[in-house]
Amino acid sequence: MSQSNDLIPPRPAPQSANGILGRIQALAAQGPSHLILSVISYAAMAAMIWLILRWAISPTWTAGSLAECREILQGQHGKACWGVINERWSQLLIGFYPKAEFWRPALAFVLLGLAIFAMLRVNARAMERKLAVIPFVLTPYLLWGGPIWSWVVLFGAACLLLVMNKLLRSTNAKADFAIRIAFIGAAVWLAMNISDALPPSLKDLGLEPVKSREFGGFLLSFLIGLSAILFSLPMGVALALGRTSKLPLLRVVSTGFIEFIRGVPLITLLFIASTLLNIFLPPGTNFDIIVRVIIMVTLFASAYIAEIVRGALAAVPKGQTEGAASLGLNYWQTQRLIILPQALKISIPGIVSTFIAVFKDTTLVSIIGLLDPLGLANNIRADSAWTGIVWEIYGFAALIFFIFCFAMSQYSMWLERQLQTGHR
Amino acid sequence: MKFLRNGAAIALAFAPVSGFADTLEDVQARGQLLCGVNTGLSGFSFTDADGNWTGFDVDMCRAVAAAVLGDADAVEYIPLTGKTRFTALSSGEIDFLSRNTTWTYSRDSDLAANFVGTSYYDGQGFLTRAELGVSSVMDLDGATICIKTGTTTELTLSEFFRSNGMTYEPVPIESDSEAQQQYNAKSCDVFTADASALAANRASFADPDAHVILPEIISKEPLGPAVRHGDDRWHDIVGWTLNALIAAEELGITSENARTLGDTTNSPEIKRLLGVDGDLGAMNGLSATWAQDAIAAVGNYGEIFDRHLGTDTVIGLERGLNAQWFNGGLQYAPPFR
Amino acid sequence: MTMNSTPTESPDAFRVSQLLSDTRYRAKTLQTIAGVLIMLFLGWLAANTLSNLNTLGKPLSFSFLGDKAGYDINQRLIPYTAEDTHLRAALTGLMNTLVVAVLGCLTATILGLFIGIARLSPNAGLARLARVYVEIFRNVPLLLWLLLIFALLTETLPAPDAFRGEDPSATLIFSDSVAVTNRGVFVPSISFNQPRFGWLLLGLIAGLSVLAGLLRSAAKRHQSKTGRPVALGLPILATWALSLMALVYWAGPTVSYPELRGFNFRDGIHLRTSLVALWLALALYTAAFIAEIVRAGITAVNKGQKEAAAALGLRGGQTMRLVVLPQALRVIIPPLISNYLNLTKNSSLAIAVGYMDLTGTLMGITLNQTGRELETVLLGMSFYLAVSISISLVLNWYNARVQLRER
Repeated sequence: MSQSNDLIPPRPAPQSANGILGRIQALAAQGPSHLILSVISYAAMAAMIWLILRWAISPTWTAGSLAECREILQGQHGKACWGVINERWSQLLIGFYPKAEFWRPALAFVLLGLAIFAMLRVNARAMERKLAVIPFVLTPYLLWGGPIWSWVVLFGAACLLLVMNKLLRSTNAKADFAIRIAFIGAAVWLAMNISDALPPSLKDLGLEPVKSREFGGFLLSFLIGLSAILFSLPMGVALALGRTSKLPLLRVVSTGFIEFIRGVPLITLLFIASTLLNIFLPPGTNFDIIVRVIIMVTLFASAYIAEIVRGALAAVPKGQTEGAASLGLNYWQTQRLIILPQALKISIPGIVSTFIAVFKDTTLVSIIGLLDPLGLANNIRADSAWTGIVWEIYGFAALIFFIFCFAMSQYSMWLERQLQTGHR
Repeated sequence: MKFLRNGAAIALAFAPVSGFADTLEDVQARGQLLCGVNTGLSGFSFTDADGNWTGFDVDMCRAVAAAVLGDADAVEYIPLTGKTRFTALSSGEIDFLSRNTTWTYSRDSDLAANFVGTSYYDGQGFLTRAELGVSSVMDLDGATICIKTGTTTELTLSEFFRSNGMTYEPVPIESDSEAQQQYNAKSCDVFTADASALAANRASFADPDAHVILPEIISKEPLGPAVRHGDDRWHDIVGWTLNALIAAEELGITSENARTLGDTTNSPEIKRLLGVDGDLGAMNGLSATWAQDAIAAVGNYGEIFDRHLGTDTVIGLERGLNAQWFNGGLQYAPPFR
Repeated sequence: MTMNSTPTESPDAFRVSQLLSDTRYRAKTLQTIAGVLIMLFLGWLAANTLSNLNTLGKPLSFSFLGDKAGYDINQRLIPYTAEDTHLRAALTGLMNTLVVAVLGCLTATILGLFIGIARLSPNAGLARLARVYVEIFRNVPLLLWLLLIFALLTETLPAPDAFRGEDPSATLIFSDSVAVTNRGVFVPSISFNQPRFGWLLLGLIAGLSVLAGLLRSAAKRHQSKTGRPVALGLPILATWALSLMALVYWAGPTVSYPELRGFNFRDGIHLRTSLVALWLALALYTAAFIAEIVRAGITAVNKGQKEAAAALGLRGGQTMRLVVLPQALRVIIPPLISNYLNLTKNSSLAIAVGYMDLTGTLMGITLNQTGRELETVLLGMSFYLAVSISISLVLNWYNARVQLRER
């Protein structure tokens, strides 16, 4: 507080914070307590890595049973028994999917990954987004296989629809709609009946059919996670619009649905899928448990997506709506052309985090008896060769979950940074 | 909105509807049997590295598939938990339940399951470490007991301890392998389950002799396949397939001689069972060789038992109550006539 | 469309097509249609359900709740035996859900706060450690963590046997008062001779809180008058400590220590491994999310605020307490609430480690024994819904209080 007319005395130039020397100097400048804290932190990390390595480095890759592992290790305790992973890794990845067809899910997910990447890019071109639809159409065929003809028809129809959307921009919306419905109806009819019209030699042409039941392990997790997120996106957007709508009934129904889903644990919804869904539907209706689970996880995810989109809708400045109104756009035009494109862009990171959460939550299906990686862990341990195995399978599953979730979360953070610069 | 419009029409095309009026017709139309099994239980049902299901309960599925469809591999296995098994059955998700399920009064009547017979006579027992020096269940006052939830065992246990004025600390566990892990870590003193499961567990321990199964069996646990209420023909088919396997052992029919014995034997009952003489299968809408197919595919009851549970396997169970009636057991097939 | 062919009609007259084309009516028309459709859909579901249940011979009925449950629950906060009803078993489970939720939320908040601050630490080592923690816990499913922690606890901790004999391999910690075993942690329990101790304690806490509040407001008045702050923290703390100690001494506490008798430790409070594992898993997992929320909250506070506080002469701690945290809280609290809700819902994973919560009792054993899937799952869902809604109501009310009024 002393009053003085003297200038602040000159100080030495700041030390370089770069390079090892600079870092050490910076550390030293912070005082001994900081140094100790650093040493403790790094020591903790090193200890963790050492513990894991000591367990993981174990010459048991070729063992055929837990007993053989014990033999190889000759009384050494706290060592991994990797034989189980050697024998079962493909099962943990794709479940009971035929091993010879391994390339199909692999290819499908590589394509899907590229497509999702292209779609979620902040500045993706419209054409890229359209092309990215192709893997989504292709994936079901790659995964389930079967005679190719129905899929060719559907795929062709989908492509034609895209072209139609471009060309058929008639002024009469009703006629437009009617033509589309008729076209889709015809395509579906053709897809269902085409195999009867073909000669028997061509009839079964295509990939070997695989049933949903044979899906397991991480393939199942991906299948449930991906379909849930795909179907929940439009549903979530609709719910968000409903919740912010001016129509009281729509608002009440959307809010009620969102809050109900968000208020109950996913596991109760899965109980509904496994025990109750058939009771709600007409007598005799019965469809695959995996489809039922996908339905419930979709409902679950849509409530969360709805909340993210609602937040993004609120973040779009009100002037945008007013501007649209002054141009004479109606509600749907405003939403579709002005509000949603901006809101969806803001909500991409949130959607990616929801996807990570849903992907992790797919492990819950093991509780209702589906053979996802955790369900398979239990099943493998029932094989008398591997009874008593605990850490290896859980560790393997944890590692794969970590790789995927970490990559996705990094990607989402990168997106977030990109978006931030875009808004300043 | 285009997306919604396009999507709505596609979705309609995939709306699945099916019914289950007559299970046999459904199975034959489908060409595949939907069989509910345990998600993983040593000796009874589990998968090998190639994803093939194996085990005692699984062979019941295979036998029925062979009898009904002539192909033991035409089975789709649906792994079920203790919670989902009866719902899966009543909703038509599975054609029959072959998942070590105890036949009780309330399950048979209230849960709308029809048990077709007993494929395995079991009872609730106790596994404990020898070093604890426990020789009887009566010494277990205050013990910590691992128990699988969702089974009849937890009710039986509760009743038994209460009626004997003893206390215990239950450690409820979801799965068999989890329970074994808890027991091995000495997280519980005692593991209670069906005696067969206990023997299977004990056999897989590094040092089986350090563990004892207490002499008391505190309950009757007849495990058997179950079908839905209200389809008598299907009930008969599954029940008589089981009987055929049991009778096959009594009559000396094995998987090896099932195809030939009918022509060489003089026994009229063997001829009837194998479909060489008369047509028993037609009474249930099956082929004449239904029993022959089933036996050829999985072997007779004794063979199945020996393959998955018997003394030559890791599990090493004696036949005990499951021996044929003429050997002092309870397995007794009604006559094929 | 037929209406268009009658051009003679006066423009003001109501036409049926106006219901759709006129914005004045369209909203109402659409809502009516939607309402009817929703009612029809719900009615269809209900009709299906009833007819299906009738076919199954299980008409909708909650009478099973009054039947004898017949199974034992190891952790009981309300008196319960196997002779009690299914309803009471469900309530016992609900209490267990609430216990683990409260414990988990508290631990996760404290842990998350520290890790969140550590992530912003100028110390690179600490910040990196915090980041590793957050990434590892956030990116592996909770169920997997739960199973791993449960396995870790049972496999690495000593069994009660290890405490036995002349030369035990494990001993009780904290001067023979706490036993950490793989069957759980046994801690001493305190009981009081005074029968009304609980009420007295509540009264004392209420009285002291009011007193502290009065003192604080007096101190605030004093500060605004004279500009000098009154140091109240220590006196209030001392009052709390002294009066609580006095009450406890007067009530005559009896401490019972855990003791190895028979198969297991007896006496004391038994925190079972299932509870500890679930508690740890929920807390560690949620803490990673809370840490990120705390970090985002603190970084969201404008740097200028800190500089202005420094310019006013506030110390580091004061800056944090009086300037940064109140503003950060506005950002932190809404996502924190949703994380509390997530934790509560995630506690339903208890079923994987055999912790007898609501999912384990009502939607687990009761469902299995009675076969009433619809009733138990509906009831279980409404329990969770009620818990979720009450938590979010309470916390939203609190949030509304701390939220600054924006001009």
